[in-house]
Amino acid sequence: MDWGFIFERSFSAMIGPEVVVYAIAAVGLNVHFGYTGLMNFGQVGFMAAGAYGVGVTVYWLEWNFWIGILFSFVYVAVLALLLGLPTLRLRADYLSLVTIAASETIRLLARSRVMKPYTGGVEGVNQFAGPFYDLSPFELGKFYSFGPFKYLGRDVWVLVVGWTLLILITLMVRQLMRSPWGRTLRAIREDEDAARALGKNAYFFKMQSLLLGGMIGGVAGVIQVIQKASVQADTFNPVITFTIWTILIVGGPGRIWSPIVGSSIYWTLIVFIENTLRQLPPGVRSTLEDTVQLSDFNIAMLRFILVGLGLLLLARFRPQGIFGSREEMALDRR
Amino acid sequence: MTDGPIITATGVVKTFGGLRAVDVDKLEIRRNKITALIGPNGAGKTTFFNLLTGFDQVDAGEITLDGQNITGTPPHRLAAKGMVRTFQLTKALAKLSTLENMKLGALHQRGEKFWQALIPGLWTRQERDIEARAEAILQRFNLTHMRDEFAGTMSGGQRKLLEMARALMTDPRVVMLDEPMAGVNPALAQSLLELIKMLPAEGRTVIFVEHNMDVVQEISDWVVVMAEGRIIAQGTPAEIKSNKAVVDAYLGAHHGEDLSKVELA
Repeated sequence: MDWGFIFERSFSAMIGPEVVVYAIAAVGLNVHFGYTGLMNFGQVGFMAAGAYGVGVTVYWLEWNFWIGILFSFVYVAVLALLLGLPTLRLRADYLSLVTIAASETIRLLARSRVMKPYTGGVEGVNQFAGPFYDLSPFELGKFYSFGPFKYLGRDVWVLVVGWTLLILITLMVRQLMRSPWGRTLRAIREDEDAARALGKNAYFFKMQSLLLGGMIGGVAGVIQVIQKASVQADTFNPVITFTIWTILIVGGPGRIWSPIVGSSIYWTLIVFIENTLRQLPPGVRSTLEDTVQLSDFNIAMLRFILVGLGLLLLARFRPQGIFGSREEMALDRR
Repeated sequence: MTDGPIITATGVVKTFGGLRAVDVDKLEIRRNKITALIGPNGAGKTTFFNLLTGFDQVDAGEITLDGQNITGTPPHRLAAKGMVRTFQLTKALAKLSTLENMKLGALHQRGEKFWQALIPGLWTRQERDIEARAEAILQRFNLTHMRDEFAGTMSGGQRKLLEMARALMTDPRVVMLDEPMAGVNPALAQSLLELIKMLPAEGRTVIFVEHNMDVVQEISDWVVVMAEGRIIAQGTPAEIKSNKAVVDAYLGAHHGEDLSKVELA
């Protein structure tokens, strides 16, 4: 087994592009669920809206990439309003139903034949992110390594921009949550009627929260497609939403650093487990292939199973997540 | 306008399916007095409360606050107009500290606007004023020691105190208390009563729903009795105590009869 290789991969995964994308998406979900109590089961829909904001603008309208970035904010805002206006006055469950349905609708619509002239259909939109990489001070094809981390130049550029955005967004959310605005969101999370009785327009605040968290999700979507250099409908499947939920719960909802740490842990584990399984000594590997049919394909599945097992253990022994406080959690049961 | 009734309800009707939960022809609430709303279970007291405070919509009728029609006004607007309520099942915001619960109650906070929230300089001064006011009220309610604790760690009685204290942060003209004494131990109940009694002198009108007749006798200036959605009697506590219809409503002497046809004493 090549432990050096396993660790190199794992370390690089620790702060890699996936961590950034999922952490940003999770910051958005944290605004929704962690601070406002909104059950959004379609965060990937906001990512897709952001991604196609760029994709559609460049592919169909053939406009500039940077205008596309601006458009993605418009798309996400429209989506948030469409989802929020009819549901936020209703009980919490309705938002979760509508968001999960909407995120799938977006994916299926984007890959459909009807929409192909606008979205590129199943093939999606490729080679549109040039203007972003043109600004890179790093040589795109060269490997850079610092300490235990090693990335291609193009990824270093994505990481520099991505982490800057992630930190800025996190600090912005922190500032907001320390303000009276954030206090009102948390009050609505605890009891909407109490907040309304005290003069807070709960509907309006929830709409603001949905917009903010959705926009942040949109940023994650844009970074994801820039990094992949393609917008593909099927990358925005519901599993992504649940991965984001996993990340948030691992970190602890309603805590400012949860999304970053949760995302980092999640991706490090996934990459570590996968590479370890692939690097098993031949004897062990062949035994496992014979007994439990551990094929290359199954390894990809098995890593999720193992992460799931880890989650179960977390739920059993540290249900409040890494940053959550058990004392606070106990209040729910009183 | 300063002498007339602060709240009027005229022809207020609310039905749930076939049930006429509230059917109030005429009710006037006197300014700066304590009015008790009593009646047996299912009399429609809480529903009527919800209608007055905008948490539920009337099917017919008109409600006014200080001569202004407020029928159908949502709760958050009513709070801004000076009408605040508490709930039968106390709504302490468990994962906010006691002080945060209090500060939430202040109206017109600059820091509650999204863009201003981003710039602390725009609201920290107001926040300090709010905090000072919150601390003064906490002191009065004997909750200063709980200041930084999560509201979720409070006892049932403390939560009732907090909810009332928090309501006062809106600086209301009308305080509506839904069963303020339910589940409060006798010692705490007494101090809660004293606190309620002080409100009229500060220019606040109090309306409260209560089951405990001793409490009603002790603090109310006026008692309104509801049964089966209607107001069957009103008067001073002493008058109500000796009212046959009221006693019947509670004891069910006219069970199955239309209470509107019962002659009032």
